[in-house]
Amino acid sequence: MRKFSGFAVVREAMRAHKGWAEQWNTPEPRKQYDVIIVGAGGHGLATAYYLAKEFGITNVAVLEKGWLGGGNTGRNTTIIRSNYLYDESAGIYNHALKLWEGLSQELNYNVMFSQRGVMMLAHNVHDVQVSKRHVHANRLNGVDNEWLTPQQVKDYCPPINIGKSVRYPIVGAALQRRGGVARHDAVAWGYARAAADMGVHIIQNCEVKGINRGSDGAVTGVETTRGTINAKKVGVVAAGHTSVLMEMAGVQMPLESFPLQALVSEPVKPILPCVVMSSSVHAYISQSDKGELVIGAGTDQYASYSQTGSMHILTDTLEAICEVFPIFSRMKMMRSWGGIVDVTPDRSPILAKTPVSGLFVNCGWGTGGFKATPGSGNVFAHTIAKDEPHKINAGFTLERFRNGRLIDEAAAAAVAH
Amino acid sequence: MLLIHCPYCEEDRPELEFHGAGEAHMERPKNMGDISPEDFEKFFFIRENRKGLVFERWRHLHGCGRFFNAARHSVSDKFICTYKAGEPKPELSDEQIAAVLPPAKGTPANEPIVSKGDAK
Repeated sequence: MRKFSGFAVVREAMRAHKGWAEQWNTPEPRKQYDVIIVGAGGHGLATAYYLAKEFGITNVAVLEKGWLGGGNTGRNTTIIRSNYLYDESAGIYNHALKLWEGLSQELNYNVMFSQRGVMMLAHNVHDVQVSKRHVHANRLNGVDNEWLTPQQVKDYCPPINIGKSVRYPIVGAALQRRGGVARHDAVAWGYARAAADMGVHIIQNCEVKGINRGSDGAVTGVETTRGTINAKKVGVVAAGHTSVLMEMAGVQMPLESFPLQALVSEPVKPILPCVVMSSSVHAYISQSDKGELVIGAGTDQYASYSQTGSMHILTDTLEAICEVFPIFSRMKMMRSWGGIVDVTPDRSPILAKTPVSGLFVNCGWGTGGFKATPGSGNVFAHTIAKDEPHKINAGFTLERFRNGRLIDEAAAAAVAH
Repeated sequence: MLLIHCPYCEEDRPELEFHGAGEAHMERPKNMGDISPEDFEKFFFIRENRKGLVFERWRHLHGCGRFFNAARHSVSDKFICTYKAGEPKPELSDEQIAAVLPPAKGTPANEPIVSKGDAK
C-alpha cells in the first residue's frame, strides 16, 4: 500500500497522477478462510481491519452482495456522538468516539472527521428534564455533554431561531462538543484499504445464499453465488438483512427491518456550523463539507426491504426543519434515498455470539449505527477472535431478550437515534 | 404512501389513516404468568421479519379504529389482500403472489430472494 501524504500529492501532481495504484485488490475467493465476514459495510470492514491489526488474523474474507459501502454506510447522515443514557451504550459509543479521533491517522486515510459539536434541542419542560438527566448521566460515564441556555444556543449556532413566538420555542439544548460528522464513504474505503493491505480479501458481488453447518451444528462455511467458501468462524454484519441471513443458520432474530430516509439540499455557502437535532419535532440536520444540508428523516411504520420510503415521511421532516430553521424554508432539496435498518425491541445493538457455534452477529444498530463503526468493529473483532465478548460489548447479547437484561435506549430517547 | 383497503370500512384509504402494528398471527399465551423465558422471548421479541410475503397487522386508527390483517410483499410493498382480525391466513394463489413480486432486476437489495414457491 502506497502511503498517502502531502509529499505524495505533490509528487503525483508533477507526473500527471499516473502513480496512484488501486486502493484494494479484487482477489478470487479462496476455498478456506479463518474468518468470513458477511457484509462489506463500515462495521464489517472495520471488523476485518481490527481482526488483522489487533489479533493477527489476516486470512479473512469480507463477502459483499453488492458493492463495498453501498448499503447503510453510504446512506446515513454521518452524525457521530456518544451521549447515550445507559452505561453499556456510553461504553461502546464512547469507545467508538475515541477511535474516531485518531482514525484518519491510523488508517492513513482522511475520513474527514469533524468535531463540530452535536446540539440536541429542548423545546419544553419535559425535554429540559430529559436532556439534563442525559447530561448528568453522560458526565458520570466520562462522556462530555453540557447544558446550554437559549442565548448560548444562538451563539453556538447563529442561524437558529430562539424567538418565543415560534411553534417549537427553544428553551435550551444539550451540546456534545466532541461529536460531529465524518465522510461516510471514506470510512468504508479507508478500512477496506487498510484491511486489504494486511491481506484481508474483500470480495464484492458475492451474495451469501446459505450458511453451512456440520454434524455437530457448528458453522463450516457459507454458500455463495461464487461457490462454497469454508470457515470455522462466520460473522454476520448485514444490517437490514440480518434476519434473512440468520434464518439460513436457523436462528430467529428479535429484529424488524424498516426503511429509513435521508435527503440533501442543493449546496450553499457555510451556514450551519454544527449538527442540530430535535427529538420533539423529530428533525436532524447538518451541513456537509460540500455545502449540502444533510437531513435525516424517520422510519416508515411498516417493515420493508424496499430501500425506498414514503413521501409523507420526508415532508413531515422538512416541515419540522422549517419550524426550527425558517431560513431554510426556500432551500431546494436535491436527492432523497432510503436504507433498510434493523431495529431491535430495545433499540440497542446486538454484538454477540449466537446459539450456533462459530456464528457471530453484529446487528440491530437501527437508525444510528454509523457513529459506532470503529468501536463496533473493534469489539466485534475481539468477540470473534477470542470467542468471547469484550467487556464493552458484554451486555449487548442476543440472550438479553430472554433474560430481560434489556438496554432500553428506546425508552431513554423515545426517538430514532 | 401506501393505499390500504380497510376490510371493515370496505374502502381504500391513504396510509396516514392507519397505524402499522407489526407481525400478524402472533397468539398471546393464555397463561402468561406460567410461560418459559423462551416462550416469552418468542412472543414478545422474535419476529420473522421476512423478505418476501409478510402477514401483518394494521389498525384503522383515524377511521373505524379497528385492527385487521394484511398480506403484503416486503420488497415491492404491494398488498395482496387485507382481511378481518380473527380470520385465518388466506390461501393465496400463485397469480396473486406473482402480481406483487418486485421487478426481477433491480439494485442488489431489491432482488427478490423469496420465490413464490416458498412464500407459503
